Amino acid sequence: MQLARVIGTVVATIKNDSLKNRKLMVVQSLNKDLKPQGKPMVAVDAAGAGVGELVFWCRGKEASFPFKREDTPTDCTIVAIVDSDSHVCCG
Amino acid sequence: MIIARIIGTVVASQKDERLEGKKLLIVRPINIDGSDTTGYVVAVDTVGAGFHERVLVVAGSSARLAQNMKEAPVDAAVVGVIDTVDIMTPEA
Repeated sequence: MQLARVIGTVVATIKNDSLKNRKLMVVQSLNKDLKPQGKPMVAVDAAGAGVGELVFWCRGKEASFPFKREDTPTDCTIVAIVDSDSHVCCG
Repeated sequence: MIIARIIGTVVASQKDERLEGKKLLIVRPINIDGSDTTGYVVAVDTVGAGFHERVLVVAGSSARLAQNMKEAPVDAAVVGVIDTVDIMTPEA
């Protein structure tokens, strides 16, 4: 799992039926200093995150687990919202 | 998931029987601003997307979770046609 910032939203009316009613967000991955790293990705939201919030997300097959028992075809899902930027501490 | 643009199609008569009836598309990943990147992926279409449309592509084993894709030997699937992408500007 990695930290990311929600930077936008995606609207797709025509989509696979198993993605119906899922919110799609654009997330920018961050390093431990909360600086952007890598390219933005589109993630399905499982936590109710809003634009601008600090979140963490998981990738791969596990990204579909929050939506069990339904099969949701996602390889990138927001799984939690970090309380605030100051709650990220690196020793 | 990544945002990609459809740049072509693939026809394959000889294929795994679980791929029969599925449309194969060549998609190119694009940046958030819509500019092209390099490279391409062959993805199975699950939504009826057309040439040059911006689409959502899911990769890896999750691609099989799309409807009608159970047991299909697939690691990339087109799961949505994008209407809009809204990005928050850093100043906002």
